[in-house]
This record gives sequence, C-alpha cells and structure tokens, in this order.
Amino acid sequence: MGYSLDFGWLAGAAGAIARGAATTVLLIVVTTLAGTFLSILGAAGKRSGPKPLRTAIAAYVEVMRNTPFLVQLFFIFFGLPSLGIRLDPILAAMLAMTLNMAAYTIEIVGAGLDAVPRGQTEAALALGLRPRQVFVKIVLPQALKVIYPALTSQIVIMMLESAVVSQIAVRELTYEADMLQARTFRAFETYFVVTLVYLGLSMGLRRLLVSGGRRALGAGVS
Amino acid sequence: MKLRNALKSAIAAMLMLGAAGLATQARADAVDDIAKAGAINVGIFSDFPPFSSASADMSIKGYDIDVAQAIADSLKVKLNLVSVTGQNRIPYLTDKRVDILMSVGYSKEREQVIDFAAAYAPYYIAVIGPAELAVKGKDDLADKSIAVNRGTLEDTSLTEAAPSSADIRRFDNYNSVIQAFISGQTQLMVVGNDVGAQVLAKQEALKPEQKFQLLTSPSHIGLNKNEDRLKKAVNDAVAKMLADGKLDESSKAWLKTPLNPDNLKD
Repeated sequence: MGYSLDFGWLAGAAGAIARGAATTVLLIVVTTLAGTFLSILGAAGKRSGPKPLRTAIAAYVEVMRNTPFLVQLFFIFFGLPSLGIRLDPILAAMLAMTLNMAAYTIEIVGAGLDAVPRGQTEAALALGLRPRQVFVKIVLPQALKVIYPALTSQIVIMMLESAVVSQIAVRELTYEADMLQARTFRAFETYFVVTLVYLGLSMGLRRLLVSGGRRALGAGVS
Repeated sequence: MKLRNALKSAIAAMLMLGAAGLATQARADAVDDIAKAGAINVGIFSDFPPFSSASADMSIKGYDIDVAQAIADSLKVKLNLVSVTGQNRIPYLTDKRVDILMSVGYSKEREQVIDFAAAYAPYYIAVIGPAELAVKGKDDLADKSIAVNRGTLEDTSLTEAAPSSADIRRFDNYNSVIQAFISGQTQLMVVGNDVGAQVLAKQEALKPEQKFQLLTSPSHIGLNKNEDRLKKAVNDAVAKMLADGKLDESSKAWLKTPLNPDNLKD
C-alpha cells in the first residue's frame, strides 16, 4: 500500500497555522524581553548582592536547570491552582518560559560580566560615574557583546521549546499542528509544513537578533 | 549566501524524507503478520476508566482489555497492549505500530482513513460541570471554557455543537482533561460519562454533575483498511462474546450495568 501525499487541506488550514505561528512569536518576544531583563538583574545580584540574595539566585538557577521544562509548566498550570493562583494558559506559558529561560541566561550574562576587565569599572569610577551608571553604560554593553551569540542561541532554543506549551492548550504553532493532524489524519504533511514554518521562524529570529544586536551594541556582534 | 545554502540543504533533506515516505511497502496480510509475531498489538488509552486504566497493581485493566484479550485468544496469540493518545492513535494504526484500536467511535472523517469492525461497547459523551454552574444545552456552552481530549470523538462533536464563543481547550490525554477541570482551569469538561462518573465520584468540593449528553455513539474496534480477514476475526470474536454472555459479564463488572445490545447500534 503506497502512501500518497495530499496537501489539499493546506489552503483551509493556512489561517490556523498563521495564527499559531503568531502566538509562538508573541510567546518568544515576551519571554526574550522579560527573560533577558530578569537575567541581567539576576546576574548582577549574584555578583554584587547581599549573601541571602546570592544564595537564593544560585538555588533558583540550580532548580530550574535541573528539572524538565514540562514539569515546571505543569506545576504552574495544574499545581498552582491548589494554592489559589490560577493563570490563563497563555500567562502560565509565558511565566514558565520566562522563568526557565532566565535560569539559563543568568549564567550566560554572568559569564559576560566576568569577562569585562576590572580596570573598566575602576576607570569609570575614577572618572566620577556613579556605580549604577558604571554598570549600565560601561560594563553591561561590553558583557552583552561578549555573550551575544550564546544569548541568541538560548533564545532560539527557547522558541523551539515553546512547542511544549501546546500541552496546556496554548494555541501556538504545535497546538494548531496537532489539531490539524487530529482532523485530517495527515500526520506527515502536517508536521512537514509545520517543520518548515519553525525553520523559517528560527532563521528569521536569529537574523533579527543579530541585526538588532549590531544596532544596539555596535559592530562585531555576530 | 550562507542563509540560502542552509535553506537549500534543509529543503533537500525534507524532500528526501518525503520520498522515503512515498516508497511503497511490501504488502502482507495483517493476520499473517500477527500469527508470525505471535502477538497482537492493541492500541488502548491508559487513563480511560472504566474501559482501560491502571488498576491497584499498575497493570491496565478494564472493559476494553477484556475484549482485547478475547480477540487475542481467538487468534491464539499473546496480547500486547500499546498505550496511545486520542491524537496519535490513528497514525499509530496506519503506520502499523498497532494492529487494532479499541474504543474508536464512528465518524465520517475517520472512515476515510481507517476501517471499523464490530461495535462492542456503549458510549455516551457528556458535558460535565460543577453543580452551581447552570448548563442545560448546547447554547449554554457560550463563553464557557471547556476541556476536551484532542482528536477524540468528544473533540469533534463538541467543536461541531458548541457556539463559536465557547473556549474549547484541547489536551493530549484524559488525565490532563480531568486535571484541567478539577484544578479549575476550565469550567466544564466533555468526556464519556462513564469516565467522568468514576473519576468525579471523589471530587466532593466541586460537586461535579453531568449537565447533558452531547452524543451517543457505540465504541468500535478500529483497524486498517483492506484487512478483511482481520476484520472477520475481530467480528467473530465479538459476536462470540455477545453469544456466550462474556461481554455482558464485562459490562456488569466494569460499566456496572447489564449490556443492552440496542446500545451497540450507531
């Protein structure tokens, strides 16, 4: 029995796929902004905060990096309601993705901070800049430039990982794909198309991040 | 340009995969394959009480398992249970990872892809919600959040029946559907009423109750198209269970009610 490909359903499904892709993009935009912001705070806190804060951040990083994303997601979505905290699927997904990504990027940003020579801080302080100005204007841009490739990789990985949130009925790309597959039973064609969409999204995302990084951090970002 | 090259090689890889998918497979009769393997692979849900779910000793038991065992016995082979989900089970069947599927409700869409053997179990699809929420019919589903198992007959019949403002949330298995409902993530859920009754008996705080029946449709045994010998063997096994009262026994044991053959008609 031969299997014949049939893409006849695709025209009717294009809207669903586009909506799903848009949700995936929304998820990753929110996660990237919130996650990067959190990880800068976290990395700075881990280096110069008070001892309890440093311990707390270290514990957070260890817990998030050593447990599966799916379990974290289920904990937030199915577990927290027993404590009276009920989040919409999309909010639960954004929260889980942000918390998960921040744990990884705290370490990445931290490595960048460590790579900036101590003399930079000393020179800036000697010129009369306040400590906060030194961090934001002198240390952070140099640190981000060093770790930019690692950061973009992590963001792309997170976008691909976002497929997992289809499990809590967030209508993102994988959810729509599963749904189309369940309606048409055309598993090969459905996932073929969706694979191409993911491929396009991650390539586009990477280029966008690189060109955005060049603009914000100057030449030499790749 | 680098990007274009990467894209080209990606597309080439995809096309090769596609060609592999198209390659015709040597065709053998399913009954011969089963006899040769000495076992029949039966796709079941593992979280679908009382039809099939884990018992106290963690082995899967239930009405479906009784019937599957009888079919295996009639073919004189070992029964090999394969856990599937509502969404992946039809591909599991067409990819021949399983020989037959239990608990498949009839639908036109499914008939285009698979074949149906005898109906063997009554099945009703019910809308279940907490006592305090007033839901009497399809129109009351508007603006409600409803959990359902993706790709099942529940999903398709709910999607058809519910007004467009209903927020249908589809999960991958019965467990997640029930969890979503119990934890309050959705206001209602749509499952087979036997499934609902067994699980919800324990939920005293929520006081869930059956709101109304969406559909009555007996469960069939699903198998691949053009497997007439296997279909006949399955039909004979079910007919024998009906004739010698075994099916009635299973019904009393699991569904807590004698089997009414009228409920096996589509």
